[in-house]
Amino acid sequence: MDKFKKIEEQKKQWEEKTLNKVLERFPEQKETFTTGSWLPVERLYLPRPFSEEEYLENVGFPGQYPFTRGVQPTMYRGRFWTMRQYAGFGTAEESNRRYKYLLEQGQTGLSVAFDLPTQIGYDSDDPKSVGEVGKVGVAIDSLEDMELLFDGIPLDKVSTSMTINAPAAVLLAFYIAVAEKQGVPKDQLRGTIQNDILKEYIARGTYIFPPKPSLRLITNIFEYCSKEVPKWNTISISGYHIREAGSTAVQEVAFTLADGIEYVRAALNAGLDVDQFAGRLSFFFNAHNDLLEEIAKFRAARRVWAKIMKERFGAKNPKSMMLRFHTQTGGSTLTAQQPDNNIVRVTIQTLAAVLGGTQSLHTNSRDEALGLPTEDSVRIALRTQQIVAYESGVTNTVDPLAGSYFLESLTDKIEEKVWNYLKRIDEMGGMVYAIEKGYIQKEIQDAAYRYQQEVEKGDRVVVGVNKFTMEQEPPKEILRVDPNLRKVQAERLANLRAKRDNAKVQKTLNALKEAAKEEKENLMPFILDAAKAYATLGEICNVLRDVFGEYQESIVL
Amino acid sequence: MSKRIRILIAKPGLDGHDRGAKYVARALKDAGYEVIYTGIRQSPEAIAKTAIQEDVDFVGLSLLSGAHNELFPEVVRLLRKEGAKNIIVFGGGVIPQEDISFLQEQGIEAVFTPGTPIQKVLNFIESKKEKVLA
Repeated sequence: MDKFKKIEEQKKQWEEKTLNKVLERFPEQKETFTTGSWLPVERLYLPRPFSEEEYLENVGFPGQYPFTRGVQPTMYRGRFWTMRQYAGFGTAEESNRRYKYLLEQGQTGLSVAFDLPTQIGYDSDDPKSVGEVGKVGVAIDSLEDMELLFDGIPLDKVSTSMTINAPAAVLLAFYIAVAEKQGVPKDQLRGTIQNDILKEYIARGTYIFPPKPSLRLITNIFEYCSKEVPKWNTISISGYHIREAGSTAVQEVAFTLADGIEYVRAALNAGLDVDQFAGRLSFFFNAHNDLLEEIAKFRAARRVWAKIMKERFGAKNPKSMMLRFHTQTGGSTLTAQQPDNNIVRVTIQTLAAVLGGTQSLHTNSRDEALGLPTEDSVRIALRTQQIVAYESGVTNTVDPLAGSYFLESLTDKIEEKVWNYLKRIDEMGGMVYAIEKGYIQKEIQDAAYRYQQEVEKGDRVVVGVNKFTMEQEPPKEILRVDPNLRKVQAERLANLRAKRDNAKVQKTLNALKEAAKEEKENLMPFILDAAKAYATLGEICNVLRDVFGEYQESIVL
Repeated sequence: MSKRIRILIAKPGLDGHDRGAKYVARALKDAGYEVIYTGIRQSPEAIAKTAIQEDVDFVGLSLLSGAHNELFPEVVRLLRKEGAKNIIVFGGGVIPQEDISFLQEQGIEAVFTPGTPIQKVLNFIESKKEKVLA
């Protein structure tokens, strides 16, 4: 376009007169520069021939299709993101105390971390649970534990996010049952279950059942909640763990949206209308250190998802096209060496999430490469969000970096590469097939290997790890979980099994089993009945294991 | 021709974080060792069984969930019980400094924590090579 002819001319002059002289005397540090995920970065970005139509089509206005600039028209001028620290360890009572502490410190939503046995549907007294009870989250075996977990926390006032996938229906049932006991009706409940099984197969590992029955459970939840728990986010389609496993930023977006496509397809196949459930889909991304790449990633993700929902799935309601997302700062970017440096990393990542338009945020604690975070560390992490919200000024205008020549170019670049992946996955026959073939895992592993090799060779600097290291580091205080916890939980389970109405438990479990065999049945009401009868998580999941079988990992190296 | 060193990389317990395990497995393979990777969520019994069946010289255990004090020693115990006296066990993951000496007493000969260069793992294996090939 003629409009930019002058700039082009002057650029040439600038190169000859100014740039080249400097380059002769002071060569640049590297021959080529890239983002953290190896996207090429030029020395200088200039105004591009960008037509009005192109702007309106690709960037547009916040709160409007394609939502590049954000899902709300006022963003943080209206209200800040939800500050939501993922927490949970030990017993329900201990975690309950931590939640109350976080709420007192100004946190605005809860986020429950469950231990691995809970996430994989084993009771604490199961032999497979040895060593794992209460370690990476709270141990929940039955409705009884859930009552203790939310004791004194009004469920009509807080929104609660639960990181639970394979047994998401069971934990949601426990939550609904606790709310009922508090006198809070289902339609008042606000929160999120992660409920994203595909990324468990890819990267996170807490799967139970094979893909087909897993997708059925997920669509059962979509359908049930659309009628009974309408304010609940029924899924949090997660790129976080894909990135933690070593993917690039582009892969994080591409594989997450490909998972999203699979869930939408499954729900449509089950006979749901797209606008009936799509507005309750939510997403979960990572925030790593390459600030501008991360911001561009969030903007590109919103744009691609909007286009998918509108063009591919024919959604009519704009809410169905909005990619709303939670962010967690990057766990794998934390270093065990000089852990206080992590506070700085988390600050950069917080800025990335906020400048990228996140709806909620968890900031990691500095000591998470060493073990569970202490209360002091968790408070600093929360304060980091509060400082960005209240002091940095970046919240005063919507999508402040829009129009940056570099950022817009990077947003476009990421979008283009995401579409390439989506096309390839479609050609392979969809995400379930691509996972079963190991294609997705291999792509991620190759990126992880490349990254680690760069660190090993010193081509990629990680401060405190391969440069600016210290010989002796002072030992750090860490939080420890009581090793006898499994015994405590096992005793509680024994008591529960002695005092509950076991005939009723058996009846509800039998009903669940029969329903599970009928593909058309929605399992949510049956799971809720079993939960209310104090059937344990393990008992409920074992019934489903019997009917559905278990997933076998496809090992890719 | 000398026998090639065989190494089993294993993930005991319920933890799904396999980035580190897979990285180490691949790097050891690239360094010329024969490497077998179990996949995630293996019981100590299954790991010991695989190690013996596959006739490995080393078992590398990776765990990030905090269950190492229970599960690592259990693998060593089962290996020794099954008569595998010479298999050398090492481990890695998010493991607090203060647990390392306990694990070493339990027969886990080396523990590699986050940020360890792969060369250290290679050096460890080379330093034990003669013992296992003897």
